[in-house]
Amino acid sequence: MTALFLVDDYTLRTVALGAVALGIVSGALGTFAVLRGQALLGDAISHAALPGVVLAYVLLGTKASLGLMIGAALTGFAATLVVSAVVRTTRVKDDAALGIVLSVFFGIGLVLLTWVQRRPDASQAGLDRFLFGQAATVLRDDVETIAIVGALALVVVALLWKQLKLLAFDPEFGASLGLRMRATELALTALLVVAIVIGLQMVGAVLMSAMIVAPAAAARQWTNRLGVMTIVAAGVGALAGATGAVASSQVERLPTGPSIVLVATALVAVSFLFAPRGLALRAWRARQARSQLGTHVVLADLAALEQAHGGPGRAHPAATIAVMVEADATAALVALERDGLVLRDPEGNWALTDRGRSEVLRR
Amino acid sequence: MTRGGDNDGADVPQALSHPAIEVTDLTVAYGEKPVLWDVDVEVPHGTLTAIVGPNGAGKTTLIRAILGLVEPAAGRALVLGGDYADNRRRVAYVPQRGSVDWDFPTDVLDVVLMGRYGHLGWLRRPGRKEREAALDALRRVEMDAYAHRQISQLSGGQQQRVFLARALVQDAELYLMDEPFQGVDATTERTIVDLLQELRERGKTIVAVHHDLQTVAEYFDRVVLLNVRLVASGTVADAFTEEALRRTYGGRSALFGTNGR
Repeated sequence: MTALFLVDDYTLRTVALGAVALGIVSGALGTFAVLRGQALLGDAISHAALPGVVLAYVLLGTKASLGLMIGAALTGFAATLVVSAVVRTTRVKDDAALGIVLSVFFGIGLVLLTWVQRRPDASQAGLDRFLFGQAATVLRDDVETIAIVGALALVVVALLWKQLKLLAFDPEFGASLGLRMRATELALTALLVVAIVIGLQMVGAVLMSAMIVAPAAAARQWTNRLGVMTIVAAGVGALAGATGAVASSQVERLPTGPSIVLVATALVAVSFLFAPRGLALRAWRARQARSQLGTHVVLADLAALEQAHGGPGRAHPAATIAVMVEADATAALVALERDGLVLRDPEGNWALTDRGRSEVLRR
Repeated sequence: MTRGGDNDGADVPQALSHPAIEVTDLTVAYGEKPVLWDVDVEVPHGTLTAIVGPNGAGKTTLIRAILGLVEPAAGRALVLGGDYADNRRRVAYVPQRGSVDWDFPTDVLDVVLMGRYGHLGWLRRPGRKEREAALDALRRVEMDAYAHRQISQLSGGQQQRVFLARALVQDAELYLMDEPFQGVDATTERTIVDLLQELRERGKTIVAVHHDLQTVAEYFDRVVLLNVRLVASGTVADAFTEEALRRTYGGRSALFGTNGR
């Protein structure tokens, strides 16, 4: 990435800086949303931000990013309040409530957007970039706003670290300590709103929630510590944001949201496969454990077999042993043969050697 | 302490003239369904009390109400002679082990340190002093070797010990525990019993939700029998009778007919 900052291209640098800033903030905040099982809340907030953007433009008559962000934040936050009100007062479960609120707010946003675009008013052009994001339209001022607002959000996270950790891990216990868990939850929601709103212009309402979920999901695979996870998620967010945004600003008509999300998804896939908690390493470890266990078990089974049928030196087919250990025993048998503990006879059956027999007794 | 008498109980601190817990006319409802109905319970200082009752009897709710985690519909709970909010630093809480996600990215020491968060206030982070207290608490539950173990790698018994250690670093006078023996191995059960009795010897008060009727008399000295309404409460000898148990469990079970699960 560092090479990109050295490129003497003003637009490119602006875009990359903005994307890094929003990736850091959404990655860090996403950590808490993901750990609390609230990934869908981010989706509701980002979709609900769209009507706020359009309303702010209509009411304020400006396309300055701060004004639009405030509008987006207000409707985004309002959506979370509606969700909790629906859950509290009806029998609708929270995932359904999130789905309903998301589509209603987003629908209103689309209606407003269409209406504004039909007005005889040229200055509205480009509002639709809030759907899928367009990095190339991001200006230096926008980047400054993103950086300042994002930095403030991160400072709040640092200050509320203990509370946020308890909120995510054991809120009842936190409340019993007198830490104000409900206030902390509200603060976290507000911070999520901030993280989402600063990314709207670049990533767009439709896909912004991926910037909340993907970096945290990837980071979880690399570490077992909350602090490290938060930092790794911020890093993944920054990398995905910058790569995707720069790619989109270089390729004409490539919307930024989708390209950032594709990069983030690739990082998630790599993490799921190759991180310490990832599939590849886990499978390899399980195989190691199985093969070690395998030689013990196979040796003991051979001893049991020869006692049951035919006494010392009696050979048995690999398939018989495989049934006993409930796995293919060939690899273990070959390993044991290498150590001189078993022998293969001309028919391909396996028998214990004298050393193998004393090894069984020793164990 | 300036009270008239010069003998027997005169040097008992003011606070001890109240019971450790005093629940009066407590009614709690979730929606329209009462979970606890007009419950009165008194827990004296320095005792080890079991809360016993069938599923849905309101045992957990009673503890949550004492901790101020649910708003009662009527009645109140006094803790150490006052409101819980005023005395919370002298109370420790062990929630049900299953109430948290043990795949959370943290290690054993970090979980135990959470027991100090209430004393640290809003902004301070745990430092060396807190870390030493946490290691000490882990030693008392024989988990010090696991301090840096990721919590997802713990067995059920080890998880429970970690929760107990977290309560120990709270350095409280009153310990409220929700099913500390739930799903633990025999060794852990012994460790926990010894620990609870040691706390009681040091003058602490412990109240625990308990499921195994057969060990109530052995482990505890007092019992609260609950089934939405209070059935009986007092010393094990007085309150833990066949008759009271039949009323608690609705005739379905006698003393040795049920053992929780």
